[in-house]
Amino acid sequence: MSTDGSAWKIAADLPDPELPVVTIADLGILRDVTEDDQGRVHVQITPTYSGCPAMETISADLVEALTTAGYQHVDVEFVLAPAWTTDWMTEEAKAKLASYGVAPPGPVALALSVRCPQCGSLDTREWSRFGSTACKSLWVCGSCREPFDHFKAH
Amino acid sequence: MTSRSDALSDYVLGLADDALVSAQRMGWWISRAPELEEDLALANIGLDQLGQARTLLSYAGAVEGAGRTEDDLAYLRDDRDFRNVWLVERPQTDFGVTIARLLVFASYQSELYAALATSSDATLAGVAGKAVKEVAYHLDHARLWTLRLGDGTDVSHERMQAALDAEWPYVEELFTPVEGALVDPASLRAPVLARVSSVVAEATLQVPDVSPTVGGGRRGLHTEHLGHLLAEMQHLHRSHPGVTW
Repeated sequence: MSTDGSAWKIAADLPDPELPVVTIADLGILRDVTEDDQGRVHVQITPTYSGCPAMETISADLVEALTTAGYQHVDVEFVLAPAWTTDWMTEEAKAKLASYGVAPPGPVALALSVRCPQCGSLDTREWSRFGSTACKSLWVCGSCREPFDHFKAH
Repeated sequence: MTSRSDALSDYVLGLADDALVSAQRMGWWISRAPELEEDLALANIGLDQLGQARTLLSYAGAVEGAGRTEDDLAYLRDDRDFRNVWLVERPQTDFGVTIARLLVFASYQSELYAALATSSDATLAGVAGKAVKEVAYHLDHARLWTLRLGDGTDVSHERMQAALDAEWPYVEELFTPVEGALVDPASLRAPVLARVSSVVAEATLQVPDVSPTVGGGRRGLHTEHLGHLLAEMQHLHRSHPGVTW
């Protein structure tokens, strides 16, 4: 991965439009940024879900951020393989999500209890597999009674 | 005899149109579902299918090589050019029918995408590798509702059985051979029916004993319902070409 140029840094700092507390690099969506000797930038991103509506916004945000920084030619490519997994999310991103009120995903294929991001209780249960966005499910806490979003392990 | 790329493009269109038309039918439920969580669930399922359809349509257009984009293919084709099966195109304004159909369709897509994920076509393998994880949630959702309704009250049991009976004639078309297929549809028949049957039995329901319809969606022959669906889906784009907002 070519991470030496400043283009990577600019792309990596871009916040996710639906979860602005984390960057697209934190989430593992940003796969690669290459810069050729003509100053052309090629960005590769991977969607969390096939139908993720945030991809268009992320793509537009990338072009705007990089052109504002002076790059004349920016193109963004959606890469599907290998498929994105929550395992690509950084530990820092998971901590940020929790402080934002979204329970972060655990390791894939492990059915662990989900900790309530409000009160920290493990007495929680799934209310609906499908939450406010494609990547989240809706949970409710048995201790503080608050509902919360959980980023699905995927 | 069609050329190899025509056959592949047609095959991919079939996969794309199944997902697109199903997504459009799912969208009907938005604001109409029995509870808010169900509204979100069916909308999310439709959104996943739409995402799969978009990538598949783009790929079908690229293979065809005539410069058609995903929007051209979604909005500017008439019903005779659509390649989806009849299962997904009929109205699903009954909740039991929606669940019965999703149980069949998600079982089919699970097996299809799992097989495509290891196919030699890198693009299809990429789409399928992503989609197989999404469809697992769809199938689980359909399974839970089938159990709840089938093994619920007398009325819910009766309505869920009626829904299965209504959908069953359309199941067989999913397995009809298609030229250019990277995964032989007939090879999916046994595993798909095994999945569906086990859920049906657990839900105290019966696998219907009915004759299959003739189908014909893969050849562009459709029921009267597809035209109405397309009229609604394509109206804005056709009335205002190139419109953006």
